[in-house]
Amino acid sequence: MENGDSKETSREIVVPGELLAIGNKRAGPGTFVEGGKIYAAQLGIKNVRPDGVSVVPLAGQYMPLRGDLVVGKIVDIGPSNWLVDINSPYPAPLHVNEVPWRVEFGETSKFMSVGDVVMLKIVDVSETKRITVSMQDHGLRKLTGGMVIEVSPSKVPRVIGRNGSMIQMLKNETGCRIYVGQNGRIWIDGELDNIAKAVSAIQMIENEAHSLGLTEKVKNFLEQSSRRGA
Amino acid sequence: MGGTPTDLKLIDESGRRLDGRLPDEMRPLKIEAGVLSRADGSAYVEWGLNKVMAAVYGPRECHPRHLQNPERALVQCHYNMASFSVDDRKRPGPDRRSHEISKIISEALTRVVFTEYFPRTSIDVYIEVLQANAGTRCAGLTAASVALADAGVPMRDLVASCAAGKVAETMVVDLAKEEDNFGQADIPLGYVPRTGEIVLLQMDGDLSYDQFEKGIDMAVGACKKVYEIQRDALKRRYAVRTVDAELTAPGVGKEGV
Repeated sequence: MENGDSKETSREIVVPGELLAIGNKRAGPGTFVEGGKIYAAQLGIKNVRPDGVSVVPLAGQYMPLRGDLVVGKIVDIGPSNWLVDINSPYPAPLHVNEVPWRVEFGETSKFMSVGDVVMLKIVDVSETKRITVSMQDHGLRKLTGGMVIEVSPSKVPRVIGRNGSMIQMLKNETGCRIYVGQNGRIWIDGELDNIAKAVSAIQMIENEAHSLGLTEKVKNFLEQSSRRGA
Repeated sequence: MGGTPTDLKLIDESGRRLDGRLPDEMRPLKIEAGVLSRADGSAYVEWGLNKVMAAVYGPRECHPRHLQNPERALVQCHYNMASFSVDDRKRPGPDRRSHEISKIISEALTRVVFTEYFPRTSIDVYIEVLQANAGTRCAGLTAASVALADAGVPMRDLVASCAAGKVAETMVVDLAKEEDNFGQADIPLGYVPRTGEIVLLQMDGDLSYDQFEKGIDMAVGACKKVYEIQRDALKRRYAVRTVDAELTAPGVGKEGV
């Protein structure tokens, strides 16, 4: 491998408690400061920028952030709300005022029942991690048909790619409709063969998330498998 | 502390122990991270004849609800010995000893985890002892902290753990089963290498103050070695994949392409 060395320096794996920098750099996500020194707080890849240091996590639970789009599953129904599992440690209650339909009190189950999959937006996350979600925005809806797969939330940026390059390529090559939630849930709909193809491509992305030139590799894989199928 | 069989020489004339180790020598330690696919994080430790598995779930919603803390996460540890882990079958299920060990390991880990990041949740750590040969609480704590890091839980540092003790009037590190049974004292210790904090400390047996101090020093020295192996295990888990760039995708290459 010719570029092996540069790869090592650019993708250094750090463990919790490892010293990252001393001095007046800004401590980014995945780090903490103690005694003027910056340490890694999580297992991840060290990311040094001119202005600061951060750690890109390799594992971990999804932590809801305001503005995130997520794929949720209805787990419970109340008279004026649904309880949605968004693959995080905290459940998200979806109030009837936040859905695109007019729902009478006690008639929630006529619109969505347990097991339904929805696309949601995180409206707010309070100090105590109480979550407010909404379905009233562009592109948010109940997802019918298709299937949902889960990847590690820390791999979601890989699945989307830079400026959405990876996901765009996946959609073009497989002809599937794909929604990627920030919480690591991915909804795929299309023809059965194409779904299978998309799923194995996404699994490949997850397994090789931190190798370079991933988009190219996945593209080759998809072209290869479609040629064999034809 | 059973009665010492008179014919058992725990330390021979040349100063070596039953298994040929010097007083400050640890048993061979091997750690592997990420061995279980269903848990959020996991680790497997082989430490001499000890075999310990640790699995971490969470942070996740805390049940039962009354245990929730509105300001921080709860680190709940469950230490369990398999019934086949010891010579005489261990009666399965929780007992006084496993409750105690679960409690002290939880407290040691709580010190390093950023619990304030995850209010109202619990982080569950399950430690299963598959084979025991003295020092399982140290092996368990060592495995648990690697498993926590593997699960992506934010922590101030890893916790390394090792025991020291007194055997035949000599201070030794990392006691094996015979030394633990027929020795004079045992001090398991949990250590945070970055800050030098001691997060777990127990003592069984009698020691003079000087002996105690020497024991702590020896255990801390061993913990530093344990820490290196822990770090190595975590880095190796992902390094394999970064280097092995030519990994084939699922389904590719099956038909001899």
